[in-house]
Amino acid sequence: MIKRRKVFEFIGEWALKLSVGISLAFLFLFLFLIFSKGFKMLSLSFLTQMPKNGMTEGGIFPAIVGTLSLTLLSMVIAFPLGVLSGIFLHEYGKPIWLVSIIKTSINTLSGTPSIVFGLFGLSVFVIGLKLGVSILSGSLTLAVLILPIIINATVESMKSVPFDFREAAYSLGATKRQVITKVILPAAAPGILTGSIISVGRAAGETAPILFTAATFYIRKLPKSLMDEVMAMPYHIYALMTEGTAPESQVPIAYGTAVVLLLMVLIINGTAIFIRYRMRKRRNW
Amino acid sequence: MKELIKVRDLNLHFKEKHILKSISMDIYDKTVTSVIGPSGCGKSTYLRCFNRMNDLKDAVIDGEIILDEENIYSRAADVTSLRMKVGMVFQKPNPFPKSIFENVAFGLKIQGKMKNKDIEERVEKSLKDVWLWEEVKDRLKDSAMSLSGGQQQRLCMARALATNPEIILLDEPTSALDPRSTNKIEELCVELKKEVTILIVTHNIAQAARISEYTAFLYLGELVEYQETKKIFTVPKDKKTEEYISGKFG
Repeated sequence: MIKRRKVFEFIGEWALKLSVGISLAFLFLFLFLIFSKGFKMLSLSFLTQMPKNGMTEGGIFPAIVGTLSLTLLSMVIAFPLGVLSGIFLHEYGKPIWLVSIIKTSINTLSGTPSIVFGLFGLSVFVIGLKLGVSILSGSLTLAVLILPIIINATVESMKSVPFDFREAAYSLGATKRQVITKVILPAAAPGILTGSIISVGRAAGETAPILFTAATFYIRKLPKSLMDEVMAMPYHIYALMTEGTAPESQVPIAYGTAVVLLLMVLIINGTAIFIRYRMRKRRNW
Repeated sequence: MKELIKVRDLNLHFKEKHILKSISMDIYDKTVTSVIGPSGCGKSTYLRCFNRMNDLKDAVIDGEIILDEENIYSRAADVTSLRMKVGMVFQKPNPFPKSIFENVAFGLKIQGKMKNKDIEERVEKSLKDVWLWEEVKDRLKDSAMSLSGGQQQRLCMARALATNPEIILLDEPTSALDPRSTNKIEELCVELKKEVTILIVTHNIAQAARISEYTAFLYLGELVEYQETKKIFTVPKDKKTEEYISGKFG
């Protein structure tokens, strides 16, 4: 009997180890492939030069500029909107059944395939509001995409603030607004910030939402205003791999772009983890 | 003895549950009054009526609590200014995750009327009042979370005292503390009653006997007996009171 239990114990433990091992193997294989094919492309000129000779030479500077501006602008739009909506839903929303319907809808929204957001952006921003294929349209579409993430991060972080703090603040004569702004939000800030920064990474990497709303295959100039179309890294990869005419020189550029994009997202998420770590160290409730 | 608070026919419901049943009593100025009773008798809920903290939990309340000639449950009453007059310290020390200074200054800052210099003076005075000043004066900027449990609880008392309240409500303030810290809080109550009226809920009968002049015994939401602590502990009028203080149930 004892022996059988030990065998189960052994099998169970090794099944878990094997699963982790396989997941890690995929992850390393993935990183190895991308980096081995793309890392040698990295150089200062790759990052700072325009593409040349029909995108068979040169750098990816306009794509980097495009992705950065799309990401930044979408954050500028979505962050305040998302945080304020989150505060409303958690603190003011009534009746409760309506709030929970709204929360479920938001969750569903965040599970929607991103190409659907692309179509939405095309019909609403590009055509409906006549913003054309532009940084603005693309950023608005990306903002809609990451809004649910920011709202959820806000609601969940506020939920995790102990009720004791709320009670203490009310007992000192604070109004509801003061309780929220002086006690709840400062305590929830690390969670809201990290959630939002991770959504930046999401926005930077998405291709489908900007496919019809902002991205262009190849443009010689950098954008001059928010109404210009731009190149963007994810779309650049897609374009080089599907429509390139000289694969032997363009495929390496695509992998190089992938490495830059990956590093950018890694840096963004790393920042989020760092902020969370710093702020968690200071709090101890 | 001058009465400061008059409770008249106070009833409280949470949904269909009748928690407090027609309580009437007077609380005397600059005394320590304790409320005792078994768990679930409604003593904490009763305490929270005095600063309307039950409003947060959608309680239905009728009857009156009269403080400074005014019913705190009248339509005209302002909850936030009431809570500045009636401070509260909770069962579990609950300082904000802010600095020691910011904790004590919180009540003054949200009023937004005082100059920084006056706030600093008041913070110092409040910390001295709770005998914490010497321990923290060199690290006012440190997080309040770095203090020990007993220090945190005294910090919470300082925070409640900073707005110069007339009344301090203590909700089992020592139940999460070690004996030494408990002693300190008890001594503090005796000292503080020179300036404020203290209403304390405690499950520790000996504590009520040690520090309070008046004791109220609550059982199943009813006020069974209320009189001078000396009398209630020597010659209780009610059979139930006698059983409770002699430890027959709890």
